[in-house]
Amino acid sequence: MPMDPSVVEHVARLARLELSDEERQRFARQLGSILEYCATLNELDTEHVEPTSHVLTLTNVFRDDVAGTPLPRDAVLAAAPDHEDGFFKVPPIIETE
Amino acid sequence: MDREGALRAAGEWDARYARGGALPALAGLPVAVKDIICTAGMPTTCGSRILAGWVPPYDATVVSRLKDAGAVIVGKTNLDEFAMGSSTENSGFGPTRNPWDPERVPGGSSGGSAAAVAAGMTPLALGTDTGGSIRQPAGFTSIVGMKPTYGRVSRYGLVAFASSLDQVGPMARTVADAALLLQVIAGRDPKDSTSVDVPVEDYPGTLPRGVRGLRIGIVREAFGQGLQGDVGEAVRAAAAHLGSLGAALTEVSLPSIPYALPTYYLLATSEASANLARYDGVQYGLRVPTDDLFTMYTRTRRQGFGSEVKRRIMLGTYALSAGYYEGFFLKAQRVRTLIRREFLQALDAVDLVLMPVSPTVPFRLGEKVDDPLQMYLADIYTIPVNLAGLPGISVPCGFSSGLPIGLQLIGKPFDEATVLRAAYAYEQDTDWHTRRPPVVGQSRSQAVAEVHKRDHATTPPRRAPKRGAQTRQRSSRKSKKARTRK
Amino acid sequence: MSTPAIATSYETVIGLEIHVQLLTASKMFCACPVTFGAPPNTLICPVCLGLPGSLPVLNRKAVDLGLRTAVALGCTAQPTSQFHRKNYYYPDLPKNYQITQYRYKVHPPLAIDGSLEIPREDNLVPGGTGRRIGVRRVHLEEDTGRLVHAEQHGRIRYSLIDFNRSGVPLMEIVTEPELRSPQEARTFLARLRAVLQAIEVSTGKMEEGSLRCDANVSLRRPGAELGIRTEVKNMNSLRSVERALAYEVERQRAVLDRGQPVEQETRHWDERRGITFSSRTKEEAQDYRYFPEPDLVPIAVAPQWVAQVRASLPELPEAKRRRYVATYGLPEYDAELLTSSAAMARFFEETVRLFPHPKAACNWLVGDITAYLNVAGKEIDELPVTPAHLAELLQLVERGAISGRTAKEIVAEMLAQGRRPEVIVGERGLAQISDEEALARIVDEVLAEHTGPVSEYRAGKTQALTFLVGQVMKKTRGRANPEMANRLLKEKLKS
Repeated sequence: MPMDPSVVEHVARLARLELSDEERQRFARQLGSILEYCATLNELDTEHVEPTSHVLTLTNVFRDDVAGTPLPRDAVLAAAPDHEDGFFKVPPIIETE
Repeated sequence: MDREGALRAAGEWDARYARGGALPALAGLPVAVKDIICTAGMPTTCGSRILAGWVPPYDATVVSRLKDAGAVIVGKTNLDEFAMGSSTENSGFGPTRNPWDPERVPGGSSGGSAAAVAAGMTPLALGTDTGGSIRQPAGFTSIVGMKPTYGRVSRYGLVAFASSLDQVGPMARTVADAALLLQVIAGRDPKDSTSVDVPVEDYPGTLPRGVRGLRIGIVREAFGQGLQGDVGEAVRAAAAHLGSLGAALTEVSLPSIPYALPTYYLLATSEASANLARYDGVQYGLRVPTDDLFTMYTRTRRQGFGSEVKRRIMLGTYALSAGYYEGFFLKAQRVRTLIRREFLQALDAVDLVLMPVSPTVPFRLGEKVDDPLQMYLADIYTIPVNLAGLPGISVPCGFSSGLPIGLQLIGKPFDEATVLRAAYAYEQDTDWHTRRPPVVGQSRSQAVAEVHKRDHATTPPRRAPKRGAQTRQRSSRKSKKARTRK
Repeated sequence: MSTPAIATSYETVIGLEIHVQLLTASKMFCACPVTFGAPPNTLICPVCLGLPGSLPVLNRKAVDLGLRTAVALGCTAQPTSQFHRKNYYYPDLPKNYQITQYRYKVHPPLAIDGSLEIPREDNLVPGGTGRRIGVRRVHLEEDTGRLVHAEQHGRIRYSLIDFNRSGVPLMEIVTEPELRSPQEARTFLARLRAVLQAIEVSTGKMEEGSLRCDANVSLRRPGAELGIRTEVKNMNSLRSVERALAYEVERQRAVLDRGQPVEQETRHWDERRGITFSSRTKEEAQDYRYFPEPDLVPIAVAPQWVAQVRASLPELPEAKRRRYVATYGLPEYDAELLTSSAAMARFFEETVRLFPHPKAACNWLVGDITAYLNVAGKEIDELPVTPAHLAELLQLVERGAISGRTAKEIVAEMLAQGRRPEVIVGERGLAQISDEEALARIVDEVLAEHTGPVSEYRAGKTQALTFLVGQVMKKTRGRANPEMANRLLKEKLKS
């Protein structure tokens, strides 16, 4: 069952993706069938199973509180699409809708 | 391709070699690096237009370790965008082809590294493996590729796809070379909280111990529906061969394996949806200029990402979103527990688990691009190993109509040594790894042109670096030595 | 006149969310230095910029400081806690997710369920018991960068980003909604700040943003369900917290009195205009899609770790306050003031060690010195003055080397310049005249010049003595030892 178009739109917005009409339709169809496939997991009883975030059993991996040398600013800003006076520069935040 | 840098570094090692004295493990050896691993001063694109031209200001830990060991980084290899794919067709800079048949895919996502090693362009390469991205292309190109235990190799500088699954690993022509490369990159890194402080064994040294007495479990569920007939036969034959070398074969059951694929796609895409949120046009990479920030984000990401990446970001965002988290993400995390538990139980009774690498031989370019689920099925035997966090290797075990087949061996956590040792025993007693793809029979530049013709991202080298060819000979000398020790 | 009756029938409900910048040398997940006021984008590295491939590694000290706070507030440290990714897009957030601890069933924050005592409303009874305000949780997270908006004609043209603050270690402390007035909120915050300073977890400087406070405010009829709340932000001092909340309480009261509902929203405090205003931008229904941070492993806090932290804690302000009242006999109000900042309490105790008259030291500190600090807008440890200076000043007064009046004259110079009072006295010739011979000569002069009052005194009008003392002081420009002058005058008038 294809994903509801309003859900596709909502998810795309959360993920900051602009979709074309064609993509919206294609993703609705493809995600729908992938999710149907994923729903097969419900065949398994996991009521008393703890979730695994990752397989390691490590805890308490720390670094000591020692200050190091930062990156040179010019090298970092050189990669920036836009910058001004040592700052990264972006267009204004305007809430849409 | 970093022609000047590689030649300079090789020249320096030449000079040191001429002066005599001890040389580090990989002195002068060319290594190609999958272009999702950061290299200071060399562009790192992750196969994505959104990172076109980005030059990291730092080296990944694995790259620093390679350099410290004397390796010469000859260039970066093509991949599926952000390692999301099983065919290297999803690269933002064009697909890579299989040296065994240019009409077919080399597998993915480390298809560039696999093709480069298979075509003899480099003896060694680094790949990354989140759901099979080292092992599957290794199997598709008849080379050796290993995914180490999760936590064995530092991920610092590996651009994240799915952080709880990603691992860097070696790709090489032979098991001995792979062992050597793993030896250099393995071990705890203080910059990666998930790299584990378990002693790194002398992998090359333990190779010749053979398989006598090793218990190998053949996974019952891996030989059913969907497996191409002659692939299954080749893998069963390989198992029997290991038996003839003294391994004790049994059957093991991993009943949750069919659930690995959906589990993987929920978890990996969820993590990816966060990992890829940073590509927004603010600090680096592509920016589509607009009048407001929201549109800059959405348009930059629309133009910068390819279809598969967008699809996975959508899926992951959905699986984490309010109302679906419990049913999808959390459910998948619980199933992951079951899968890992089954593997560990099986590995209580046996030393290694054996499966095919892929259900089929390399498929044709374009064959599966429009059907994501079909494409995902290419990783059905490799994905469970990532979910369980175990070490797995792909070794050449045959051909079907001239197309490679891979054997997968999976070990206990941090027991890479046993995995390598069994793979080595099998390799040394067979000659699959000595076969070369047809392109290699042609002149070197022709071969390279063949692989890279039309659509490969990196500039095809007209001629391999002089040092490269020579060190390759030294490398094979090493393999010979290892063999005589047997 | 019915309004007051309605007005008094609401109960104010306030809960605070406090962000505390931790006193570490380096950031939460990388080695970039934490310093205030560096040029933009000079304290950055692949990790705090969220560059592709970078990974976080947790600063041990940040966890330690979080645990210190947890223990000081009587919280239960959780045996294991974990970081999560909080996903939202904002240009000051380099990865577009924030690494934070989040209470999600199996994933509790660092510590929960503590409390901090505040005095009962308007009632600082000596030895009286206070009211405990519940602390719901203490958790760790990384700070964001800083945005600077370039405005023209009231419209933002573009924004600039400085990532120096990105990844600075923060601790969030959330209270239960148990505060009942803006004044209580202020007192709670002041006491919390004193605790954080005492245990050396934070500088607690609201002006520099190392202590930030948001407040949830609602009104309800006593005993009724909680009312609809607003979240008040952008309060940059203790005073503005009290003012902003007082404004917001009155605003909600007026809305309710009109029979209208309070709208659930975020409101910003405008210090200059003295109002809160709704942040008009319509906030998208947030869906942060929290999930466990796979790049970090859980924090496991064994009981021994908590015990170690407990043993290493200094005396807390609450205990100090009680001790000052009980052993030094200081008034409750003064004890509160002395313990309101760790620097002040340290200064007081060191002064008392050098000059064991707590009341005298206290009087100076809560009186002239606090007044001076308030005007200067500084903490005592930001001035060059030391406890030795104050002790010396107190000694000079006690010895009679200078008068109390003189001491008041030179205290400002001592505070501002950190010079020894004895040196200042010497330079300015302010030493009290306690030389009996010299003073006797001056007394004789005064008696000779004012025969009228002398006769009056001798006739039994003892008030005349005050006048004569005044004349001695006038002649010595206030430097005469008043007791000695008094005695000499009396002796000479008798003879």
